[in-house]
Amino acid sequence: MNAVSTTSAERVRADLVRARSARSARESLIKGLLFLAALLSVATTTAIVVTLLQQTISFFGEVSPLAYFAGTKWTPLLSGDQQSFGVLPLLWGTFYLTGIGLLVAVPCGLLAAIYLAEFAKPKVRKTVKPILELLAGMPTIIFGYFALTFVTPVILRDVFGIPVSEFNGLAAGLVLGLLVTPTIASVAEDAMRSVPQSLREGAYGLGAGRLQVALRVVFPAALSGIVAALILGASRAIGETVIILIAGGQSPSMSLNPTGSFQSMASFIAATARGDIPQGTLKYETIFVVGFTLFCVTLLLNAVSTRVVSRYRQVYE
Amino acid sequence: MSASTAGPNPDNQIPKAPAEVGVSGSVTDLTPYLPPVDSEYDLEMTDLKGPEEAPAPVEVIFDCSDVEVHYGEHRAIRDVSLSFGLREVTALIGPSGCGKSTFLRCLNRMNDLIPGAKVGGHVIYHGQDLYADEIDPVQVRKRIGMVFQKPNPFPKSIYDNVAFGPRVVGMEGDMDEIVERALVRGALWDEVKDRLTENAFGMSGGQQQRLCIARALATDPDVLLMDEPCSALDPISTGRIEDLMAELKERISIVIVTHNMQQAARVSDKTAFFTVEMAEDEKRRTGVVVEYDATDTIFTNPSDKRTEDYVTGKFG
Ligand SMILES: Nc1ncnc2c1ncn2[C@@H]1O[C@H](COP(=O)(O)OP(=O)(O)OP(=O)(O)O)[C@@H](O)[C@H]1O
Ligand SMILES: [Mg+2]
Repeated sequence: MNAVSTTSAERVRADLVRARSARSARESLIKGLLFLAALLSVATTTAIVVTLLQQTISFFGEVSPLAYFAGTKWTPLLSGDQQSFGVLPLLWGTFYLTGIGLLVAVPCGLLAAIYLAEFAKPKVRKTVKPILELLAGMPTIIFGYFALTFVTPVILRDVFGIPVSEFNGLAAGLVLGLLVTPTIASVAEDAMRSVPQSLREGAYGLGAGRLQVALRVVFPAALSGIVAALILGASRAIGETVIILIAGGQSPSMSLNPTGSFQSMASFIAATARGDIPQGTLKYETIFVVGFTLFCVTLLLNAVSTRVVSRYRQVYE
Repeated sequence: MSASTAGPNPDNQIPKAPAEVGVSGSVTDLTPYLPPVDSEYDLEMTDLKGPEEAPAPVEVIFDCSDVEVHYGEHRAIRDVSLSFGLREVTALIGPSGCGKSTFLRCLNRMNDLIPGAKVGGHVIYHGQDLYADEIDPVQVRKRIGMVFQKPNPFPKSIYDNVAFGPRVVGMEGDMDEIVERALVRGALWDEVKDRLTENAFGMSGGQQQRLCIARALATDPDVLLMDEPCSALDPISTGRIEDLMAELKERISIVIVTHNMQQAARVSDKTAFFTVEMAEDEKRRTGVVVEYDATDTIFTNPSDKRTEDYVTGKFG
């Protein structure tokens, strides 16, 4: 380009055009990459759902939905008259153990969150929060063996003298609770800390004490985030596999007595998929139909949580 | 009142709200030897420590001497000595960052909530040092209410916002009545009486601020601290709040921080002018009081050149 002969207006224009086009090329490249990433995750999800659906439809070609959804006996791997496809015991196992877990995790998690957000010194919080997040990300197999080799024999049998069998729902449920407590505590703490300081000051200015501020102002103001924390915890427990597989046993049950063995949907899938069932058989399809059921349950939970959260959401300007 | 009713020592006792003082005055009518008016007067005066505050014609409720506040290493204000009178409106004015809010927050121990904030000097309220060891800051804030710069209603219904204070302090009586009275005093009742259960976030900014004032009034405080209560409001809402202050003055004392000179001139009896001073050795700025006098004097005949420059807009 001949810089001497161009007027200054042309030079400026040339600069602007060059700079713009270089940047727009980079921008469209990044945009394309981001789009690919988004596409990949959508495609994966679609593929999973399609696979699940295919096998599920084929499954319901042989087993009536009524026998599946209302049956109270889950013995798909047996043969002949013994074989039964009632999913209720798996659903029950899933929700019962999740319930036991939440009985531990909700109070512990929320108390920890309130303490960390409103009472702990900044130094304490800065130490405890990363530990919580570390715990929340710990491989669950460790929790599983902790339940099997410590909670069942030492805590339940020796300390409390409860006659639990080696594989039992109580130990699995309690440890499930331990697993999700840090998740609930951490997410709920974030929610409470994001409540604007001006609300706290307003309450203190009216003569409220610390506990009153925490319970009557901060907690309700953070309710949508706290509900989200609880639902996140619950869906983690519902989808949890390894702990129940290792410590909860492998026989489905609809009992209310937690000292016996239970099986959940996720642990059934893991236990069965690892066996050597030939592809294309009805037994093989049970893995997918249970997977699809689990998928729907989690989806439902997420939908409910979105509704709840948006309903309780407070807008702070 | 854990700390302040602890003993028979009258110096330790924070007197009751004016309305209640009237009640106890009539109780002493039963004593035939003391004329009731005198006894009421005595009752109030015995609660006052430091009669050396001579020139003030009205009863002094706040007597602050040599107040200084540090935020960590930084000294935000120093040597603030001001006294405020009963049922007076006092305005604090001065350029941004000179420590008006900082000083205001000393008066009800709000600075306790800021990690690293340290308050020195004396804040004497009805003869009692508010920073004495035995004083419970929560009790202090029950008597000395606060309204903030930005309306900060709780994400609750209008009713629950107003009822919050009475509930936490355990006020006796019919809550509906308490809420109605507070909203009437906050000049908001007519606008909201049909929508008490609605969320306070649905109100306009001016209404929210009046709700915050009503909320602060619900517990019957003796003093209201207001930190730029109108800075986020339009002139009409501002006018309403100023009218409201004129009414409130009949019963309570008000200390207001404002950047609006006209507002200070309109609403206050006395005005304190703060400014920032650069320390020679350090780069940090520290707020000091330049002049404190009757509002008329500050605005028409200030004795300090800096005050004159500021109130006439020549500042900076
Ligand atoms: N929470 C805090 N932590 C540390 N420093 C603070 C804090 N609050 C105020 N300061 C400092 O104290 C000084 C006085 O601040 P303050 O808010 O009291 O001023 P102000 O007069 O109210 O100003 P404005 O008119 O802008 O509201 C400022 O230098 C400010 O940086
Ligand atoms: Mg301020």
